[in-house]
Amino acid sequence: MSSKLRGLLGACSLVALGAAAHAETITVATVNNGDMIRMQGLMADFNEKHPDIQVEWVTLEENVLRQRVTTDIATNGGQYDVLTIGNYEVPIWAAQNWLLPLEDMGADYKPEDFLAPVAAGLTVDGKLYAAPFYAESSMLMYRTDLLEKAGLTMPENPDWDFITEAAEKMTDKGAEIYGICLRGKAGWGENMAFLTSMANSEGARWFDADWKPQFDSPEWKTTLDTYLNLMTNYGPPGASSNGFNENLALFQTGKCGMWIDATVAASFVSNPNESTVAEHVGYAPSPVRAGGDNHGNWLWSWNLAIPASSQKQDAAKAFVAWATSQEYTALVAEHEGIANVPPGTRTSLYENQEYLTAAPFAAQTLAAIEAADTQSPSDQEVPYTGGQFVSIPEFQAIGTAVGQVFSAALAGTSDADQALAAAQALTTREMSRAGYPK
Amino acid sequence: MARTVTTQRKVIVTAIAWTIAIAIFFPILWTFLTSFKTEADAIATPPKFLFFNWTTENYTTVQGRSNYFLHFWNSVIISVGSTVAALIIAIPAAWSMAFVPGKRTKDILMWMLSTKMMPAVGVLVPIYLLFRDTGLLDTRTGLVIVLTLMNLPIVVWMLYTYFKEIPGEILEAARMDGANLTREIIYVLTPMAVPGIASTLLLNIILAWNEAFWTLNLTASKSAPLTQFIASYSSPEGLFYAKLSAASMMAIAPIIVLGWFSQKQLVRGLTFGAVK
Amino acid sequence: MATQASRAAGRLMISPAVILLFLWMIVPLGMTIWFSFLRYNLLIPGGETFAGFENYHYFFTDPNFWPALWNTLTLVLGVLLITTVGGILLALLLDQPMFGQGIVRVLVIAPFFVMPTVSALVWKNMFMNPVNGLFAWIARTLGFAPFDFLSAAPLFSIILIVAWQWLPFATLILLTALQSLDSEQLEAAEMDGAGPVSRFFYIMLPHLARAATVVILIQTIFLLSVFAEILVTTNGGPGNASTNLTYLVYSQSLLQYDVGLGSAGGIVAVILANIVAIFLMRMIGKNLET
Repeated sequence: MSSKLRGLLGACSLVALGAAAHAETITVATVNNGDMIRMQGLMADFNEKHPDIQVEWVTLEENVLRQRVTTDIATNGGQYDVLTIGNYEVPIWAAQNWLLPLEDMGADYKPEDFLAPVAAGLTVDGKLYAAPFYAESSMLMYRTDLLEKAGLTMPENPDWDFITEAAEKMTDKGAEIYGICLRGKAGWGENMAFLTSMANSEGARWFDADWKPQFDSPEWKTTLDTYLNLMTNYGPPGASSNGFNENLALFQTGKCGMWIDATVAASFVSNPNESTVAEHVGYAPSPVRAGGDNHGNWLWSWNLAIPASSQKQDAAKAFVAWATSQEYTALVAEHEGIANVPPGTRTSLYENQEYLTAAPFAAQTLAAIEAADTQSPSDQEVPYTGGQFVSIPEFQAIGTAVGQVFSAALAGTSDADQALAAAQALTTREMSRAGYPK
Repeated sequence: MARTVTTQRKVIVTAIAWTIAIAIFFPILWTFLTSFKTEADAIATPPKFLFFNWTTENYTTVQGRSNYFLHFWNSVIISVGSTVAALIIAIPAAWSMAFVPGKRTKDILMWMLSTKMMPAVGVLVPIYLLFRDTGLLDTRTGLVIVLTLMNLPIVVWMLYTYFKEIPGEILEAARMDGANLTREIIYVLTPMAVPGIASTLLLNIILAWNEAFWTLNLTASKSAPLTQFIASYSSPEGLFYAKLSAASMMAIAPIIVLGWFSQKQLVRGLTFGAVK
Repeated sequence: MATQASRAAGRLMISPAVILLFLWMIVPLGMTIWFSFLRYNLLIPGGETFAGFENYHYFFTDPNFWPALWNTLTLVLGVLLITTVGGILLALLLDQPMFGQGIVRVLVIAPFFVMPTVSALVWKNMFMNPVNGLFAWIARTLGFAPFDFLSAAPLFSIILIVAWQWLPFATLILLTALQSLDSEQLEAAEMDGAGPVSRFFYIMLPHLARAATVVILIQTIFLLSVFAEILVTTNGGPGNASTNLTYLVYSQSLLQYDVGLGSAGGIVAVILANIVAIFLMRMIGKNLET
């Protein structure tokens, strides 16, 4: 009773500020990544600024999260008020009118401060449909000490031949050091994110202009051969079940010589509290094919969006505005150190000298994000957009199925030719089921 | 047994049995130990068994991340609620199957069991839509309903096999004394059936506690039980073995303790009339 | 013995359970059948059109269908074999006089209480992980290369995890059955010169048959729909090496959001499960008839 009274009083005092406020509970669905977990630890600040809003968290592993929020929004279930979704979903969902456009986020919000390539992926018809919480591209992280020991120096733009050579020389299986760690766990956002980027750098593409799958092309063959060669000979055991998190743990415990993955990993591998190799990490652009200049950089952002069906849109907006604001960045800097702020979203962060000094990976991250070309990812002409994915609703299914096939090849149950043939067959099948070319 | 057992034989049997028992129990023990290690100790090579710096910091971290007690309480309500509801529906059904069997009784029983074989994933979308329309999404009521129906066949069957063991003559005697049906059930049958009901109750609480498909898919935050709590640890970033272990222990400890304390009752009912 | 009145009462008492279960079965099932004839993708709302048997056609021609069927059978039979044989051996052992029998029993029963999600997470990360897992350390200590359980033998690893969870259940039921065996019968056999082996095969094993059928029935019900263990450890892979029917239907309806296809798969799975059920019921029905 008394809490209700207090709520009522609180509401009265806020009416003066023009806010339609009563104690509201919003449910936020999020992924169990480090940056999101950090946010949950900083909720005191939000509660202080918005005493009238209670936040309930649903924290799930990426794949489970995606399944849960997609089921919910597609069936109009209305269980969540704020969703954590990727830049793959945003344009597709916005086109279905499932998301609330994020306008009037407050005077201090400064949406123009968002990095242009990131904001572009979240904007449909000039309206922003999700606010980026952090964004990433891909890059090469390597152990400077091991590379030195191998007698090599990292070129400015390493190519896959160099990577192979370095992986071979760094590998010392007796000491549990594996030259290279790459994603192997099946999933369109797991191994296929990496493999699609790598394929782009090799000049391959998913579909030709008539939406015909291209796994029978020599470029894909080169991609898969190189990948399998690297991973079978110089990769860690069990690679076919390694995703981002598994590789991060391997790299942090000093078991990887090189790792090509999301730029966001940099703040974890360089954090001496979490990483045993923090002092010996170097960064380079993700590799190109010999003589080529396409790095195949991917572009991924985790974003906060509000379902159009939410009953508590104002409270949800207040939360999204808080979590993706410049003040939030300052808050994380204060509590966790400036190197650990969520990267990749705001220009102002990369103009902050303090950040550039504290985060040795900042320049590489910014360069990678700005170099990501999601409009024409491959050297060849393609009918789709997207860096490490193909921006059509069917891609999740196809990407994951192809991911399973490639993961099986990595586990050794089939060879590269069989895997490519299987990928070609199943993609053709799914595309014809979906009615392409449209 | 009347045969004399030599001490030597007993010692050997003891040694073998203990070795096997500890091997079977080891994963739980190891999780327990790991939950008190630092993350670095958790993956140390060679593994540290007892001599490490015991710390409870993982438990604090886990509690800081998610409200354990809310999930715990939800688990209790959902598992106990669905079990009690199932018992209320199943007791009369099992009673009539056992004491007034018709020609179709066996068929009905078999049909009931066969509904349990329906793969839940196949009907998730219909159930989700029904729940959305009835406002049952993310409510404990909704989960109690689903889990009641999920476990009803097993409950009916367990009770049936148990009731069948009760000799019919006792009922005849009660009837001679003029007891009507209600009195017959309350005063004669129920006391005899209490052990069977107790073990059915226990087994179903365990099954409902551990159910991980519906509980994960039909809840968000308010009604989410411990299965959801553990799902957020399934592959977090960086080193997480110790935190995973702490969360695991928090999720399974209540039910293991309950199981241990009640294992005598549990075992008695678990036999499903299989033991004559 | 039963009067007309009590028959009517009996019917009345059984009806809530029957009606509820019937609704629980028929409503979602009816909707699933309906969906299975639609082109229905969650991500493309408003596009539901009648598709005839197209979904069924796609489901049966899915390259993962036969492997999934095979994996389902292997999983069920593998776990049944391990738990029944292991359960009988363990029950025989625990039936012997020993010190601390109570504690041994408590230790053996514990895995049955563990949530499938938790046991899968623990086995995957802390034991089977080829780099940081305990098995890898044991292998390295003994001078072998660590065995990569979840990618080299995914189905076997899952069978192992599931069997660990169900072994206590089988052991307990079989042990209770064993303890109810008339010891005089055994002694008589011993007098007649029957050795331990023939005592086991001619007296104990027939006595255990009934308990073993119960173990098989109950476990099959749960094993046909093993899901959490696969989701947590392998996601059905690598390739389709550990995809069972349940997981296949899951991936179609909830990872690919193709509700039409998933529903068709669900119906097929229901039909197959019922075939297994009929088969089992026959066997059980005979064995439980007394």
